[in-house]
Amino acid sequence: MKNKEPIILVVVVFFSLLTYYLVEPYAHHVMHKHVDSENFAYADLPAITKTGDATRGGELVMGAGACVGCHAIEAAGMPAAMEPQMAAASYGVNPPDLSNAGAIYDAKFLADLIKNPAHALKVEHKFDANKGQMHPMVGFYGAGGDIDQEVADMVTYLQSIAISPADVTPAMAFENACGRCHAMNYENWTQIGTKPKFKHEKDSLAFDIKVLEYQDSIKSYMGKLPPDLSMYIRSRNEQFISTFVENPQSHLAGTAMPRTGVTADSMEKVIEHMKNAGDTKRHERAEVGKNVMIYVIIFAIFALLWKKQVWRDLH
Amino acid sequence: MAHFTKATSVKDWLNQRLAVEKVEKVMASEYWIPKNINFLWAMGMVLVITFALLLVSGIFLLMYYVPTTEEAFYSVNYTIMREVDFGWLWRHVHGVAASVVFLIIYIHMFTGIYYGSYKKGREMIWISGMLLFIAFSTEAFSGYMLPWGQMSYWAGMVITNLFAGGSLHADFLVEWIRGDYVPAQAFLGRFFMLHVLLVPIAILGLIGLHFAALRIPHVNNQDGEEIDFDAESKKYLDGDKAGSKVMRFANDFMSKDMMVVGVYLIFFFYLVFYNYGFAMDPVNFDPADGLKTPAHIYPEWYFLWSYEILRPFNIDLGLALFGFAQVIFVFLPFLDRSPNTVPANRRGKAFAIWFWLMLVNMIVLTAMGKLPPEDPYSQVGLVAAIVFIAQWIALPIITSMEKKV
Repeated sequence: MKNKEPIILVVVVFFSLLTYYLVEPYAHHVMHKHVDSENFAYADLPAITKTGDATRGGELVMGAGACVGCHAIEAAGMPAAMEPQMAAASYGVNPPDLSNAGAIYDAKFLADLIKNPAHALKVEHKFDANKGQMHPMVGFYGAGGDIDQEVADMVTYLQSIAISPADVTPAMAFENACGRCHAMNYENWTQIGTKPKFKHEKDSLAFDIKVLEYQDSIKSYMGKLPPDLSMYIRSRNEQFISTFVENPQSHLAGTAMPRTGVTADSMEKVIEHMKNAGDTKRHERAEVGKNVMIYVIIFAIFALLWKKQVWRDLH
Repeated sequence: MAHFTKATSVKDWLNQRLAVEKVEKVMASEYWIPKNINFLWAMGMVLVITFALLLVSGIFLLMYYVPTTEEAFYSVNYTIMREVDFGWLWRHVHGVAASVVFLIIYIHMFTGIYYGSYKKGREMIWISGMLLFIAFSTEAFSGYMLPWGQMSYWAGMVITNLFAGGSLHADFLVEWIRGDYVPAQAFLGRFFMLHVLLVPIAILGLIGLHFAALRIPHVNNQDGEEIDFDAESKKYLDGDKAGSKVMRFANDFMSKDMMVVGVYLIFFFYLVFYNYGFAMDPVNFDPADGLKTPAHIYPEWYFLWSYEILRPFNIDLGLALFGFAQVIFVFLPFLDRSPNTVPANRRGKAFAIWFWLMLVNMIVLTAMGKLPPEDPYSQVGLVAAIVFIAQWIALPIITSMEKKV
């Protein structure tokens, strides 16, 4: 009798793969909009044409630019004037410390942000000055000279005080770019910082109250509390998160989430940090997976040999 | 009382009390299997192995899972995935096995339909198998509630809503099932109990019934040949192993079972480590939120075909046809009026077309069940659902006209 097993196997595999293709790749392709990354080039923003001078930039940041009226710059000895929840009550969200902004964010983005925050952040649908909807960060109108030169100086200054981009850790990138709106419970991160270990419950509760106050401010500023990102690497995928951060409007037109202006390098670090929270066992998975595969292949070979031996007498 | 003598060995001691030799013969070495079968006959063993994987991984998960709406998501995604040694492995094995078990069940089912293994005394094998399918479906659905993610919550909402019976508005029944107006603590606690106790007990009992149902009619073979098991087994025991049409279950057929299991495990663990996403929906990694409906709500892939029979119609007709689709497979042995127990392709054109159309159409329904209910998917789904119903209505007619082959 002809052995029909190969053709049966082909039929079974064909229908299984067809079903898989239809319910997974094909269905997801239909259900989810595909957005291509622009490699964090921020092509819509004007290029910086002037060569900046860090010293003059420093003077502007500390002086006429009035940055330090709201922003802390720990690296330049300017600590935060208020606790985060107080700052959020005033501005909606805690203005970031600018110490490492030059390393984490794109230079073109920073330049545009200084001049026209709502434009750089892509939240002009929310903040329209003509309708009296002012963005909490006031744009820089110039200190009397060439505004483009002044902005270039300020960006250069921020880059000069920042640590080297190579030294930015995944946690720093995440906390700086995402962490003032998003908590990451599994990494003990709240919008006002890492929750310390308190000896007394009273102190722990006092910290929680500050977090809740902060969250109240951000809720009214953003419309809802931005989600905790602990498991986002599993609930969204890498490609989605990356293109969403690059331009939130591309996926979700009208969203209150601003463009953060991270560099491609910082984005990779943010993703790395999200994996460190939501997919902590990925290295162990690769290691164990390899060993298990070797084991089951050996098992299958022995099973095959056993079958051959047993069946020798049956034919 | 039976007469006991001083045991000569441990085996003898056990034999006198438990008849272990007899049991071994009945269950394994003199449990006769026809030789003209192919690897599809190993799906039973593959299912046993997959069920064992589910049971063992489930036991480990049960040690750390917390069945409260406050803690469930955290206990799964933090405690089990991050804190417990190899917790991630148990979860991925459990999730992937829960999905793959249905693939094997469907292959097993369609094998049964193709070879007519539900006919001529084998009706109870089919019926107990379909009861197992229902029990596994309940087990899968109740398990899906437990991580208390967005898809758990909203699938729970949608499926329990079905019990309102459309225009009947039996909302009291929905509330009674949920123990609340919406899926909440009472709901989670109940489904947890179902998943870890009641349904597994039912499954174990049904597996026993399924095996017992096989005992008298014996396993079918790929030619629908009626074999004289007494004569053929005598031939085998007399030494003509090659000439006999039957073989021992152990080790003869079991060695082939194990060969198939070996290949299957390569496939299974490849999925566990490298391609688990299909079995662990990303949406369920967002914690349950009753105020935020996901953009797309769909069941796991193995429920999609019946979901699509519900969806294209108005609520009352949809529910009626959905109910029809749920139970109709159980009645297959009685709806198939043909005297033939041979592979579908040898039963004449009508049934051959019926079989392959049923298979393809269920794949179409499965695909449309996942896609959003928009044109052209809803039209394709509507046609496929009508074809499904029509096929079952046509079955007794075309099979009673079938010629004896």
